[in-house]
Formats: sequence, structure tokens, C-alpha cells
Amino acid sequence: MSRYELRFSGAGGQGLITAGIIMAKAASIYEGKQSVQSQSYGPEARGGASKSEVIISDGPIDYPKVTKCDALLAMTQEACNKYSDDLKEGGVLLYDSDLVTKLPEGNFKRVGFNIINTAKNDVGREIVANIVALGAMVALTGQVSRENAEKAVLSSVPEAFLELNKKAFSMGYEKAEAAAKG
Amino acid sequence: MSKKVAFLQGNEAAALGGIYAGCNFFGGYPITPSTEVAEVMSVELPKVGGKFIQMEDEIGAMAAILGASLAGSKVMTSTSGPGLSLKQELIGYGCIAEIPCVVYNVMRGGPSTGMPTGPSQSDVMCAKWGTHGDHPAICLTPASVQETYEEVIRAFNLSEKYRTPVMVMPDEIVAHMRERIVFPEPGEIEVIPRKTPTVEPAQYKPYDTSYGDVPPLAAFGSGYKFHVTGLNKLPDGFPTTKAEYVQAEEERQVRKVDANADDIIQFEEYMLDDAEIAVVAYGSTSRSARYAVNIAREQGIKAGMFRIKTFWPFPDKQIKALAQKVKGFIVPEMNLGMCSIEVERCAQGKAVILGINRVDGEPVNPDQILEKMKEVK
Amino acid sequence: MAFDYDKWIRPGKLPHIWCPGCGHGIVMKGLIRALDSLQLKKENTAIVSGIGCASRLPGYMDCCTLHTAHGRAAAFATGVKMAKPEMNVILVGGDGDGTAIGGNHFIHACRRNIDMTYIIMNNYIYGMTGGQFSPATPTGHKASTTPYGNPDPAFDIAKLAIGAGATFVARGTAYHAAQLDKLIAEAIQHKGFSVVEILDDCPTTYGRRNKYKSVVEMMNRLKEVAVPVKAAEKMTAEQLQGKVLTGVLYKEERAEYTAEYAKVIERAQAAK
Repeated sequence: MSRYELRFSGAGGQGLITAGIIMAKAASIYEGKQSVQSQSYGPEARGGASKSEVIISDGPIDYPKVTKCDALLAMTQEACNKYSDDLKEGGVLLYDSDLVTKLPEGNFKRVGFNIINTAKNDVGREIVANIVALGAMVALTGQVSRENAEKAVLSSVPEAFLELNKKAFSMGYEKAEAAAKG
Repeated sequence: MSKKVAFLQGNEAAALGGIYAGCNFFGGYPITPSTEVAEVMSVELPKVGGKFIQMEDEIGAMAAILGASLAGSKVMTSTSGPGLSLKQELIGYGCIAEIPCVVYNVMRGGPSTGMPTGPSQSDVMCAKWGTHGDHPAICLTPASVQETYEEVIRAFNLSEKYRTPVMVMPDEIVAHMRERIVFPEPGEIEVIPRKTPTVEPAQYKPYDTSYGDVPPLAAFGSGYKFHVTGLNKLPDGFPTTKAEYVQAEEERQVRKVDANADDIIQFEEYMLDDAEIAVVAYGSTSRSARYAVNIAREQGIKAGMFRIKTFWPFPDKQIKALAQKVKGFIVPEMNLGMCSIEVERCAQGKAVILGINRVDGEPVNPDQILEKMKEVK
Repeated sequence: MAFDYDKWIRPGKLPHIWCPGCGHGIVMKGLIRALDSLQLKKENTAIVSGIGCASRLPGYMDCCTLHTAHGRAAAFATGVKMAKPEMNVILVGGDGDGTAIGGNHFIHACRRNIDMTYIIMNNYIYGMTGGQFSPATPTGHKASTTPYGNPDPAFDIAKLAIGAGATFVARGTAYHAAQLDKLIAEAIQHKGFSVVEILDDCPTTYGRRNKYKSVVEMMNRLKEVAVPVKAAEKMTAEQLQGKVLTGVLYKEERAEYTAEYAKVIERAQAAK
């Protein structure tokens, strides 16, 4: 079966749970696949390690949590250290290159770019860093099409911020593609 | 016409399931990890003319739904661990006064504050033994977002049909997990209305057993005057200490649920036909179990799963029958062995019972279950 | 012609459980006269109580009656009133039930200003359980659990209600029986949460421990300490020492909860 496991990790308040939800929604509502999103977090709304896990499959999904991670997003060094252990051979690690400087050993692809600074400087708002990261994860994992992922983004964010999020998503998608090649 | 779909959390689905079932009064109090139910209810209930109130504490929320139910509303509250402990006094009131209501409890770590954001399945005994005294217990343990929606509807139906509190207890994983949900059309799932009296108000007795074990319930403000108390009572609702009445009433209250166990108990049998190992699981743990059973079958291990959907009344008959067939049971759960006790009781020594017990805030994973299967000889 | 109390009493439910000399029956008669004067419909009137001697009152009344759990009357009643705002909802109970175990529900019902009337029979004691001190027992007084004198300060229940936001607060006594119906009727008519504290007596568990020789003496004390608010205006602080004000102590008009929630429904449906 085509079980694919993603984990979005970082600090509470970075919007990673939302990013995971949108990825899962893209798969199950727009892509015609099945998906489950779950999360774990501490008591704090801001700061502290936070993770959002998404399982995508062509068929029913039983165990809703990651068993062997196909794709990991790490937005902080702490999250990278904590959550990269079960990264699969041949999997992919996406990281924020300004914040994650010590990379884990292993036989998987590593793709990094300055995710938060892209949101801040290129898109114009740091708050959409999670959507930049989502765009990048969509590009790197190939589990949902760019179009379907964009639809899921646009149906999940407030109307006043559609353009901002669209831009963030595209920027993340393209930067990841470029970084993966280079 | 294609059906409406959404990508929702278990808790959100619970609220919407309640509204489908006709819930028009919700009493809440904030508590992690069930607060989303109250939040969705506060948005959605007034849209359909229903009422949401955030009470001053957990007990108040339970009291308010019982009061509203007596005034004719279909009612629900949501809570988690410590809140369930607080609500127990009035869950008992709901049982003895026979007031329909749905108590949705998300299981988190405990006792006490425990691990508010961590999953657990350690409230299942509390659903039956939490409030003092002998009383009926119905408790449903859904395993997916879709099932949470549907089981909340079933909980409303059972509570109205049997005139008693019904609990729905997802673990935190199911409550916070998001999945695609397909909404049923109106009328697609049966919604059972409350049995109300047909006699003239002057003749009405709220506990008149000439109508069977579940007497009709009138609503305050509908022309009927009657008395409700938490004391042991006579058919007319007034207190009594007469031995013969108290004994009969207590027995009837428990019997109205237990004698209808076949109507209430739902379960799923997965690959059990030729199974030598039966994994007995419920809630999110059953998803790990199914995953493990699939892998076991690939490896040639004859494993299957008995998935509990109705935890109380417990599926005694089914487990008893299974115990005659299998070599062993594996009971994975996020507590130190609560379901195991029930399986042991039913199995009566006919099969080995091995528990997998996690209370560290992490789910029982499929590998643990596969590993345990090797111990069944 | 004598007032016919029987038309409000449930057939066959008397005699009541109250001891000889207890003032709860006086309060019940006051409530009955109030309901009668307002011509309330029995089937549209809910009387809700908690646990305790005073909380047995609903059982005797020929209305929709709800004898809940200890302290929970206000919370159950809130559910009844929210579900059926057109019903008259009256709460009855004692000082321990209402201000100790039920204290939280009480102050929040006051704060919400939900249109219900709470009659608190304050006899300074937990009577049904045999005379333990309550939050209303005066400091120094004896109870079965304060054998050396009560170290606790007492609540002023009326002030508590005012402080918590009740919009109608009155006080009467079981001695001033004739005035009770008017106080209660005015409270019921008030749109909002109204509280009527009624100073009462418990000769069985409070009187005998605190050197009251008879019920008459207890009733006389109520007569002596009570000063109507109007009369108090003309009295000096010295003259008011040890006295308790009676009558309507506080009244204001403020948004009522069920009416406010009706607006919530309107706003939600307009936004749909």
C-alpha cells in the first residue's frame, strides 16, 4: 500500500499544525486520496516543541501516527534533533537553513533554505512562514499536485489574506525545487 | 447530488453530530482536550435556534444540561478526565432521575491533571463505576472522525430510548485527529425522539412502569406538573424508603440497559474467522491493532481483531464465545489494564490474556502489538 | 374568608418533614400567597431546590418541581430557564446549600442576571445533617462542629448577592410572615436574578445549642433585630448596631440573560 508519512515540526506558534492540516486536506479533499492529520504539543501556545503528522495513502489509514517518516520539516534545531531519528532511508528532510545548522546523519535527502526569512523578506510577512514551508513540502514530496495544494491553502485562510498566502505558497514551492536541484 | 464533505477534527465532528441528532442545548466548561466541542457548539447551536451556555464549573455544566433536558431539550456536555470526576455526582443524578443526556468525554492522561494534551484510555472504568451506587452505564468508544460523528448521534438515540445518560469517550488521538468526513443527508441516519406521555397531565407519573422499563418523560412547561428528585422514588416521582419500591426501582434502572444489551452493543470483527490470536481493542488503539493484524497476516500469523465500539455494556457474550476459539487475547490500551480485566472476566480462563499498557502519553504502536503476538503460544 | 393554601399544595403530600417551630412552613405559605397573587400558572412554574430541610419545599408544591443535588439548584434551574425562558423559575433552599456547596452557582446566577427568583431560608445552620455550622453561622456560636464556638466569620447573604450582581435583593424574616408574600411577589416580577433572604429559625439544631429557651424566643429575636430599610434611614449608627435591615435592599435594571441570549441567536442567524 502507498502509505506516505510526513511530519511538520518546529516551535509552537509557527503554524505547523495548520500546515499539516492543509497538506492533509489537499490530499483527502482535493487529490482524492485518504489522509489523517494528528498532532502533539505541550501546554504552551507559543514556543516549545510542536509536531503535526500527516499520513497520506491511496487506501484506508489505520495507525494515524508516523511509523517511519518519509518527509520531515524541521523549523528549529530543537525539533530537528528531536524528530529526525525515524527518518526513512531515501526520505527527505526540509529545514530552515538559518535556524538548523547541525544536520542529522543518514541516507536521506537534505534540502534547506531560509524559510522564515523568505516569508519575512520576500513575501513580506513572517506569519506566512508555515505556508512557505508547506509549498516546499508539496514540491519535495510529490504527494499532492501543486494545484490541489494551492486550492487547499486558499480554502483554509482568511479571505483578506488570499494573495499573501498564494505568494507564500509559490515562493516556498519554487525555492524548494531550486534548492533540491542545486 | 454528491454529499457534503469536510476535513475535521474528532471534537468538531462530535459537535456537528450532536446537532444532526437534534441537540438544542449544550452546557460547557473549558477543558483540554475537549474544548473544541464547546467552541463549535457556541458557533453552530444558535444558528439552528439552539442554546449554548458556558457554566461556572464542570458540575454546573452537568446540572444545566439535566435541567434543560427536563424542560424538553436534547442536551449534551463535553469534558475530559478531571471534569468527568467532577461531573460524576450529577451523572448519578441523571441515572436515578432518568434524564436523557449525552456526556462526551475525551480521555487524557490522569489521575488528576495528569497529562492534559496526552492521549489515554484510562476513563473507561470511570464511565461505569465513577458515580456511586448501582446504576446503568452506556459508553461508546469511537475510533475515527466519521465514527465520532455517528456515535454521538447514536448516543443521543440511546439516551432518549433508554432515558439515561450516555457517554461517548474518544481518546485524545481520535478527538484531535483530523480526517475527511462525509456528512449524512437529513433523515439518512435515524434520530430517535423522546417518548413523551399520552395520558392527561393529571394521570401522569414520571416513573410509571406500566409502560415498560422505560417510562415516558414529560417536559416541564408542556402542561405536565411532576416532581423529580435524586432520592429513591415511587412511580409518581416522590421519595420513598420503602424497601420493595427501592429494590424494584434500582433493579429496573439497571435492567433497562442490561436487558437490552444486544440493541446497544456494537462491535467489529476483523479477520477473526480462523484467528488464533484475537486483539481486543477500542478507540485509536484499534487502528494500531488493525495495522498490526494486517502485517501479521502477511507474515502468516493467524491474528484478528475484535473492535469494541460499545464499551458499556461490555460485549460479554462475544468475548466469551471468542475465548472458546482463540489461543490468546492481546489487549492493547492506553491504561494499566482496564479492558483486560473485563476480557479476563469474560474469558473465564479459557484463553491467555496479554495486555499492552501505555500510560506515557504515547499511543500503543503496531510494532508493540506484533511483538506481543509472538508470546501467544 | 381564610386564604386557601391547599390549592397550591400537592394532594396527599402533607404533612411536611419540618420540625415543630421551624419557619420553613411560614416561608412556604408566603411563597404560595405570592404565586397566587401573581396568578401564575402552576404548570408553567418550576420550583427548584438543592438538598437540605428547606430544599424539601418543592415536593409539597403543585407545580413543576425539581429537587436536585446538594448546592446545584441554581445550575439546574439555569438549564430549565434557558430551555424555556417563558417559564417562571423559582429556587428555594437553605444557607448552607446555597452559599457553601452551591456558592459558585449562586454567585454566577447573580452575575448572569438570569430571570429567576432565589428564596434563601437562612437558619444559620445545616439542619438536616444535625446542626453543623454553615457560612451563615455567626462567629462564636455553637454548632455540632463548632463545640468551642464558631471561629469562622459569617456571610451576609444579601450583600453577597448584591456584590455578585443580583439585580433585586430583599430580606425578610419568618417572624414578619405577613410581608413575605409582597417581597417574594416583587422579586418574581423583577426581570432579572432576584434574591430574597429570609431569616429563619431552627429550634432543633441551632436554638438548643445557642441557649434559646423556646421557639418563641427565637422568633422574638427575629422581631428585635429586623429593621425595615425605611426606618433605618432615620436611625443612627449606634441604634443600628446588631440590627439587620429588611425590605428591598437593592434594585437595578440590567440586561437579562435569556433576553441577551435571544439576541445571540438573532446575530448568529443573521450571519448565517
